[in-house]
Amino acid sequence: MFYREAGDFKTSYVEDSQTFPIRLDRRGYYAIIFIAFAVIPFLINDYWANAVFVPFLIYSIAAIGLNILTGYAGQVSLGTGGFMAVGAFACYKLMTAFPEINIIFHILISGGITAAVGMAFGLPSLRIKGFYLAVATLAAQFFLVWLFNKVPWFYNYSASGQISAPERTVFGIAVTGPHTAAWAKYMISLVFVFVLAWVARNLTRGTVGRKWMAIRDMDIAAEIIGVNPLPAKLSAFAVSSFFVGIAGALFFAVYLGAAEVGEAFGPQKSFLVLFMIIIGGLGSIFGSFAGAAFMVLLPVLLKNVLVGGLGWPTDLAAQFEIMLVGALIIIFLIAEPHGIAQLWRITKEKLRLWPFPH
Amino acid sequence: MPIWGLSMSDTFFFALEAALNGLMAGVMYSLVALGFVLIYKASGIFNYAQGVMALFAALTLVGIQNGQIPFAHVINATFGTHLSTFGWTLPSFLAILLTLGVMVLFAILVERLVLRHLVNQEPIILFMATIGLAFFLEGFGDLMWGSEIKKLDVGLPQGISETIESLTEKWFGYGFFIDRLDIIAALVAAALVISLSLFSKYTKQGRALRAVADDHQAALSVGISLRFIWVLVWSIAGFVALVAGIMWGTKSGVQFSLSLIALKALPVLMLGGFTSIPGAIVGGLIIGVGEKLFEFFVGPLVGGATENWFAYVLALVFLVFRPQGLFGEKIIERV
Repeated sequence: MFYREAGDFKTSYVEDSQTFPIRLDRRGYYAIIFIAFAVIPFLINDYWANAVFVPFLIYSIAAIGLNILTGYAGQVSLGTGGFMAVGAFACYKLMTAFPEINIIFHILISGGITAAVGMAFGLPSLRIKGFYLAVATLAAQFFLVWLFNKVPWFYNYSASGQISAPERTVFGIAVTGPHTAAWAKYMISLVFVFVLAWVARNLTRGTVGRKWMAIRDMDIAAEIIGVNPLPAKLSAFAVSSFFVGIAGALFFAVYLGAAEVGEAFGPQKSFLVLFMIIIGGLGSIFGSFAGAAFMVLLPVLLKNVLVGGLGWPTDLAAQFEIMLVGALIIIFLIAEPHGIAQLWRITKEKLRLWPFPH
Repeated sequence: MPIWGLSMSDTFFFALEAALNGLMAGVMYSLVALGFVLIYKASGIFNYAQGVMALFAALTLVGIQNGQIPFAHVINATFGTHLSTFGWTLPSFLAILLTLGVMVLFAILVERLVLRHLVNQEPIILFMATIGLAFFLEGFGDLMWGSEIKKLDVGLPQGISETIESLTEKWFGYGFFIDRLDIIAALVAAALVISLSLFSKYTKQGRALRAVADDHQAALSVGISLRFIWVLVWSIAGFVALVAGIMWGTKSGVQFSLSLIALKALPVLMLGGFTSIPGAIVGGLIIGVGEKLFEFFVGPLVGGATENWFAYVLALVFLVFRPQGLFGEKIIERV
């Protein structure tokens, strides 16, 4: 009744090709942006920032990055954790080597460095496909983690092998280091998410995105209609790794503060982000957010129910969580292979006809 | 030419010993890879859960052998009871049989609950489903039997083989240290491969298995039940997982890292080709020897622990030149 395009007339091509063609969607989007930027920062406290909002925002960036590679360009990657580590260590080295430069630039440059590394590991994708590529990206995962563990230069020869973020400020407000306010952590993550999601959305519906999708659907056919696979695949790896690298840099500098590479960026992280995009929906920006929210909220919820409610010890709860996540993956793949994003699309279709479905 | 203060012959013998130990480790990788190949050939599914199946089989075996009560931790945590064991210990043979039963049950459940609903999906979806299965089984196994490291002992000989040491001492003037368990593992792997090839060549079910591997639809049209074949092949993979679980579990205890050998089996498969049983064995041996020798010669120069990634990088480099692996069927692509 309320959710439909009737009466919403388009009078220009720009209006016709906008991201949210339905007025209610557009208003909802502005409302969410308003709440995210102008309401939540005033209400947020340490618990909500650290347990929910900051990890959700940062994982969203990683999930969008992996979704570009896997969902849009069809190249399955199990190396996300390794690439996040590249972003984190690049950011750490830049922060300690050039303390006078603003951290925003450090984070962006870390993304660029990760993009270069990602392209190097993406080169074999021209010859290797499907599972073979998935396993080949595991090489990146294990090699990079080993490298950051074994070469002391990367962690500035610290005795523990850990990296920890020094205090850095944006406009005079600390965004990294132990004295960061919850809202500052939240805001810097939010700004990155907002800009990157906007970039991703517009990349994926432009020429580059269409080339990626052509490669995903069938690479030989794409080649025949004139898509050159080398730049298409490598650009997917580069853009994806750029996003993942920024997520890694934020994850280390803003969220964790101190990180040990094997623990923070191990293969489990790769699988976690992969699960986010499967559950959220492959080939969908909204799906990346939905999947990240789901995988961040699930453990929080389970912990509250099982540890708080039933009084289980935390290790049992963790095992139960692993089991539940596995089962959910299977259920989602069987019931709705396109994830939460598809459920959302179906709901919207239903809403447009409601309350007169015939 | 002396390297790192050792004489030439010493280096040679150390390298040889490293290579031999690598061969034995390779046999272990092959055991896991074998399960992958079986399922891949029969159903085109890349079963990521194979390693966790080995872990689960080993956990179940230990649990049954020691008479643990399943889910004891969960029950205790929820109801405040203090259950732990039934208070018996079963003989190894009986426990292995019972565990095999559990693995067959698992195969039936996988077919019923997962595979049946995913027919005709893209291979990559099936692959992700098995990742889900791996996580499920990992959590389930830990909840059922507890997550602490367990000792597995089914009466296999362990320790350094003195016979080989004294023999090699006599022949080369240098005694090789080789674990007796590794020799048993090599023999078991050989026996498994031989019996599996005999099974697929000379029995009715084996022929049906090969028919399904060739072409699902053609197999269906001559009256082969796909569902039965899938249950059969997952059961066999469960059996292989049990064997691998026993070997690895005896060697280094039943613990979570057991499921990580599944990840090691992936490059083995890529090297050998997904569709070839001999490929799984040869690939395993190459990776096993390769990573030990690499660690021996290059490891000290770059800080060690190269075993973590050597296999993957080797497979990656190899695949760029030969995408179908050593023995795999040539990949032909059509639009």
